Amino acid sequence: MESIILFAPLAGALIAGFGWKLTGIRGAQWISTGLLFLACAFSWITFFTHGPDTQQIQIMRWIESGTLSTDWSIRLDRLTSIMLIVVTTVSALVHLYSFGYMAHDDNFKEGEESYKPRFFAYLSFFTFAMLMLVTSDNLVQMFFGWEGVGVASYLLIGFYYRKPSANAAAIKAFVVNRIGDFGFALGIFALFFLTDSIRLDDIFAAAPQLGETQLTFLWTSWNAAELVAFLLFVGAMGKSAQFILHTWLPDAMEGPTPVSALIHAATMVTAGVFLVCRMSPIMEFAPNATAFITFLGATTAFFAATVGLVQNDIKRVIAYSTCSQLGYMFVAAGVGVYSVAMFHLLTHAFFKAMLFLGAGSVIHGMHHEQDMRNYGGLRKKLPYTFWAMMIGTLAITGVGIPLTTIGFAGFLSKDAVIESAYAGTNGGFAFWALVIAALFTSFYSWRLIFMTFYGKPRGDKHTHEHAHESPMVMIAPLGVLALGAIFSGMLWYGSFFGDHNQVNKFFGIPSHEVAAADHGEAADGLAPAGDGHGAEPAADTGPADAGDGHAAPADGALADAGPVAAAPGAGAIFMASDNHVMDDAHHAPKWVKISPFIAMVIGFVVAYWFYIVNPKLPVRLAENQRPLYLFLLNKWYIDEIYNFLFVRPAFALGRILWKGGDETIIKGGINGLAMGIIPFFTRLAGRAQSGYIFTYAFWMVIGIAVFITWMTLSGGAH
Amino acid sequence: MGNLLSIVTFLPALAALILGLFLRGDDAAAQRNAKWLALIATTATFVISLFILFQFDAGNTGFQMLEEREWLLGLNYRMGVDGISVLFVMLTTFMMPLVIAASWNVSHRVKEYMIAFLVLETLMLGVFMALDLVLFYLFFEAGLIPMFLIIGIWGGKDRIYASFKFFLYTFLGSVLMLVAMVAMYSDAGTTCIGGCDVSLLKHNFASESFSILGVQIVGGMQTMLFIAFFASFAVKMPMWPVHTWLPEAHVQAPTAGSVVLAAILLKMGGYGFLRFSLAMFPVGSDVMANFVFTLSVIAIIYTSLVALVQEDMKKLIAYSSVAHMGYVTMGIFAANQQGVDGAIFQMISHGFISGALFLCVGVIYDRMHTREIDAYGGLVNRMPAYALIFMLFTMANVGLPGTSGFIGEFLTLMGIFQVNTWVAAGATTGVILSAAYALWLYRRVVMGDLIKESLKTIKDMSLREKAIFAPLVVMTIWMGVYPAPILDRTGPAVEALVTKYDTALAAAGRTEADTQVAVAEH
Repeated sequence: MESIILFAPLAGALIAGFGWKLTGIRGAQWISTGLLFLACAFSWITFFTHGPDTQQIQIMRWIESGTLSTDWSIRLDRLTSIMLIVVTTVSALVHLYSFGYMAHDDNFKEGEESYKPRFFAYLSFFTFAMLMLVTSDNLVQMFFGWEGVGVASYLLIGFYYRKPSANAAAIKAFVVNRIGDFGFALGIFALFFLTDSIRLDDIFAAAPQLGETQLTFLWTSWNAAELVAFLLFVGAMGKSAQFILHTWLPDAMEGPTPVSALIHAATMVTAGVFLVCRMSPIMEFAPNATAFITFLGATTAFFAATVGLVQNDIKRVIAYSTCSQLGYMFVAAGVGVYSVAMFHLLTHAFFKAMLFLGAGSVIHGMHHEQDMRNYGGLRKKLPYTFWAMMIGTLAITGVGIPLTTIGFAGFLSKDAVIESAYAGTNGGFAFWALVIAALFTSFYSWRLIFMTFYGKPRGDKHTHEHAHESPMVMIAPLGVLALGAIFSGMLWYGSFFGDHNQVNKFFGIPSHEVAAADHGEAADGLAPAGDGHGAEPAADTGPADAGDGHAAPADGALADAGPVAAAPGAGAIFMASDNHVMDDAHHAPKWVKISPFIAMVIGFVVAYWFYIVNPKLPVRLAENQRPLYLFLLNKWYIDEIYNFLFVRPAFALGRILWKGGDETIIKGGINGLAMGIIPFFTRLAGRAQSGYIFTYAFWMVIGIAVFITWMTLSGGAH
Repeated sequence: MGNLLSIVTFLPALAALILGLFLRGDDAAAQRNAKWLALIATTATFVISLFILFQFDAGNTGFQMLEEREWLLGLNYRMGVDGISVLFVMLTTFMMPLVIAASWNVSHRVKEYMIAFLVLETLMLGVFMALDLVLFYLFFEAGLIPMFLIIGIWGGKDRIYASFKFFLYTFLGSVLMLVAMVAMYSDAGTTCIGGCDVSLLKHNFASESFSILGVQIVGGMQTMLFIAFFASFAVKMPMWPVHTWLPEAHVQAPTAGSVVLAAILLKMGGYGFLRFSLAMFPVGSDVMANFVFTLSVIAIIYTSLVALVQEDMKKLIAYSSVAHMGYVTMGIFAANQQGVDGAIFQMISHGFISGALFLCVGVIYDRMHTREIDAYGGLVNRMPAYALIFMLFTMANVGLPGTSGFIGEFLTLMGIFQVNTWVAAGATTGVILSAAYALWLYRRVVMGDLIKESLKTIKDMSLREKAIFAPLVVMTIWMGVYPAPILDRTGPAVEALVTKYDTALAAAGRTEADTQVAVAEH
């Protein structure tokens, strides 16, 4: 069944891409969409039926060279199954949505150009690559998926191939991602060098040793675990658009909106977070690298939120919002609460995909107008879209009842991140950055709603008169995602951020310090006292497991094995025995737990004041604070800085090396030598030969003659 | 078939002889006959060469299918293949029918053209199979002549200059190699490369350091011999800074010539490094390794940057070839299993990919008669099939996992990382730069709106053209997804080579303790 999940999208891609002439355009669309719904259904079945234990399914041999042995294979554990449902669900819905969104496209000549099957083929191909990434059992296959999604992203960003801006954005996305891949690849090389394997199991098993190993890399000696964790994170930075390598993501909005929803919000960009969680056994032994992850995640969350405040393009606002939310996930992963990172990843996939698809619906209804300054008052014209966007906004801003677990998905997951950040950094930079970012998030999200759906219609009158609600195929996916945006947080809160036992059980993690022989009944009595303090011996094996058919035997077996049970790699994620951040987060002070809610309320009130009560105010503020406004509007001028620092010098250097190096120095030097010496010898040998070729042949014959003479004189070969 | 190797080697030459002796006239019919005969001969060669592959026993690390005959002047004719050479033989026989098919539009002196390519095939195959020093040298050097003619007669505007430059560079290198060969013979007393009782591969060349004119030569004779061979192979490869003949030669050569040059001729350098430098002069290789690494990294970064600003498509791909060969030299002298496996894989894969890229240029050159990147733009609008195939090979060139380009690059980098992390980090920047120049080229040629008037009527690929690309597409993806058949064949031979290398270094006292990793004591 797992193989079907994996290969159904590939089949869909191939059929839609190459077989559409046989199946017809409609047929190609239905087949690829149908196959994805199949994959999606199987993924949910897997999610609910497959326990937390780890299973490996080998498919085929891949690269084998000496001790390097790589297979195409599937690793199925809790992390994989979470990603499976995220990827296939959003992908299936986006496929369906694309029926409507791509029905007409002014970028292509209707009837002449078959852009629709191509679009569906790319979407399905992307899904396949993404599934390869999340199911991989070794780092090289993960790298395959990693680059595969990069190509799919490149193809889809550049889907409107006639637009120069789309082509530029596509290349930028690919190249910037490659900078990340540079780090990722070096990380893989280092791991292979250190552990002689690139299989996850071997790496995880070796993780504790890595923490005590020194590796010489470039100019100095590093702690192996730190170095590897850092290099892998560079890869994650590229894919997940973290600060420094984030510049491609806003530009990627050149692609059709369903693409933005699928790739640049819900799935591909979260691959970096997935990577960090997947490599948690290494991360746990790399305190400095994870501190860096936390710092950079918090910086990104803050930076992107500030830029999001002033953008006018509806998709760019959401893009920066994505960037910022990814920062949240990294903070959670960085402080060591991987389950919360995955929690936010899951809920974010639902509400962010919905926001993008909602934005797509608005754009569709407004005839491809994307500037929010030309929207306004669309609530009545696009009622379903309005409600969908509203739910998405309630989810992303984190609306819920404080100090309970009742609220929209984002309320639960984001608060969990912020509490973890507080616990992990003792209320340091990351915590405050995230709280302020939460305020900004609330502001720009509500700003988007108010500018789009409230107030008076602005911009082209004709467009507004013809604004229309989207067809059912586009609204239905919004409805499904809305369910996720509302309920996914409440439903899985316990599994991801509940008490220690519950999370351990969900991820298949054997308890930290298991008493070797007697688990189960013996531990029962102690269990209530545990209250999340997982580090206390023998407190947390028993009751939680007892009821679960899948988990109990696995845990039992591992527990019997004694100390091995707590080894990295036994569960889907690994938390070192001194990692109590999640428990500390549960005991964070009340004001910490309420702080994101307060930030959210302030953001809402300010947005309401700016865009409903006193719409003139933002304009005046922008004029008064012009430098600040321009700084934010121009995204901190980072693109310009990069252009100045890297892009133009690369081209200039290329030109210098070519014209100066190749054409003048090297060519001049060696040509001078060659063209000087040869004619000299030619003259020396007499003028009988004209033309170089004869000279050459002549010298060759002379050479062989000399050689043979020498051999005969010195007594022959034997 | 006891003389399978000779049959494969000389079948093309036989066809060339038949063409030369029996085909008269230059009318359309004669031209057609020449083309068909060449196509049939090369295809037959490929089919017969498959038997080499079937008979080849990967587990045997020595030479197989040996042939030995008395020749002239007490010299021996010796042929054989092992895990290192067999794939190059297959690459050559595989590419040649495609090259002939890609030349279907040639109309100038077709008979001579076909003869040149057929003779070239024989000589190239000879290089990979020869097991005698003199024989190797003959094949190696004689191969330049047909290539020289191909560029000089059927080339572009500046073909004379380019063809001169081509052989002058290679010639200068080969003079030193010849001297080295004489020295090798005098030291070992045999010209047998391998597969005999006394052979160069079994001989231990002296590696005691000595000094000439006060200069200490570490590694002694081995280092000297290494340098002499290096001069020849580095030009062939080509390595920076002796690469400048390649872009010129490519630009001027006809499409088929470029394909042969990139796909096969360049591989002679890499093959030479493996067969001679690494295998016969391990100490010399070790002494010179850092020098080679430096040149390799410079090649990768330097030529990638230069490729970024090229205005001529063929030049761009030529520069990209130099960069890719940088991975090969780096991998070879990393001298571990992954490095050498990767280097061989990279050469085979580059044969398909760069061959295909030059064919891609040929397709539009045939239509527009220009290679200027600026003359194109928006081809996807009228040539969707072309756009797809060009995309695939662009991505393969960039080293996308799932294509053959990835595996060679990845393995060589993995190999070098174990030896020198500076080199590994430097070379890995190539993955960023290659993406930049390759996609930038693709964008300018294929993407965008079709504005240029001259391109409005351009036609998509014909069935013949698609048929030429089909085998290359299959190989590129197949090798990327399931490389086991290739790696299984090279693996044991490479392992033997690496083991021999390590043993030799240990004997010479050149093994350093593994200082890169240290476990902290707690």
